[in-house]
Amino acid sequence: MFKPLQMFTDWLVYNLMAMDKSSRLSGAVNFFVFDTIKILILLVLIIYTISIIRTFLSPERVREIILKKSHFSAHLWAAALGIITPFCTCSAIPLFIGFLQSGIPLGVTFSFLVASPMINEVAVIMLLGMFGFKVTAIYILSGYIIAVASGLLIGALDTEHLLKGFDISKRINNTVFGVKITATERSRYAFEYMKGIIKTVWPYVLIGIGIGAFIHGYVPADFLSKYAGADKWYAVPLATLVGIPLYSNAAGVIPLVSALTEKGVSLGTTLSFMMAVTGLSLPEFIILSRVMKLKLLMIFFSTVGVGIMFTGFLFNFLIR
Amino acid sequence: MKRIQVIGMGCSKCKKLYEMAEAAAKELKIDYQMEKIDDINKIADMGVMMTPAIAINDEVKISGRLPGMDELKKIISE
Repeated sequence: MFKPLQMFTDWLVYNLMAMDKSSRLSGAVNFFVFDTIKILILLVLIIYTISIIRTFLSPERVREIILKKSHFSAHLWAAALGIITPFCTCSAIPLFIGFLQSGIPLGVTFSFLVASPMINEVAVIMLLGMFGFKVTAIYILSGYIIAVASGLLIGALDTEHLLKGFDISKRINNTVFGVKITATERSRYAFEYMKGIIKTVWPYVLIGIGIGAFIHGYVPADFLSKYAGADKWYAVPLATLVGIPLYSNAAGVIPLVSALTEKGVSLGTTLSFMMAVTGLSLPEFIILSRVMKLKLLMIFFSTVGVGIMFTGFLFNFLIR
Repeated sequence: MKRIQVIGMGCSKCKKLYEMAEAAAKELKIDYQMEKIDDINKIADMGVMMTPAIAINDEVKISGRLPGMDELKKIISE
């Protein structure tokens, strides 16, 4: 699909810019130009399409679908719908209360809450662009299982007394409100949303791919395997911890990590790192502290954290 | 008089919506009053799950997206 783009990049770098094909610099420049254009094309196309789909799937609709499902399948549906329904951190609380007060169990709500940021569209596009289909599929599937399992576990623990700031027993009607959205408004919304995302992430994409291109061109292959190879036990927990404060920078982090993987960081460690970046977010933690006691927040964070590390160890063990 | 209620917990899009709604009301030259709803229980009671959202006289019109100026004027003047 991106063959013409590679041909264009080769022409640009080796002919127009007349760079020496065998030099390290030209390799890095070629990598940078090709990946930047590719990622930007993917971001524009995929985010626009997903945003259009999203205008048909309001949180009220999502809630209605989940409410109709029985226990276990409610978790499966909540995590799946979480993937296509992203929410910004500032909507985390209304969404959380809105789910609970319509009668969705706490555990099921957590399945949604975990899946949504971890498997977000920017992360998936970056993975697709930098790692290819297989790694993206592994990432989505692992994230999905973590979301379902965390929700099931939190649901099994008796944690409702650890909520605060609102009345969980209160029931609200599931009313879908608002003016009917027109086709023009749908497309305008999708365009604006896409524009907004590109505007926020493009500097990170450029910086991430820039540093990635440098590593790609200059750092010797397998340079990192003696520090972060699959046989190093500390690599996975360390990667998870480092990932937590990097929230929302999936756009910059993924190209960087892709280059590091090339130089010997193992796949499991990479997966843990990326999942910690997207799935464990400090700002979300702080916001949610208004409706959850610290103990529940710790349970939530450590459950997801353990799931992420388990995934890392598993893939380090499987793929050596 | 119309009460224009902007619902959100202080995100940048909520502030933008507040400014846009006030500008729209001024342009329409209607009798209005702006309200900011940021209490979590009030937001939940109104049934809003995605912010920014806007309600006119307690009736939620748009939630989870920033409308365009034309759409905004339409819902305010309705």
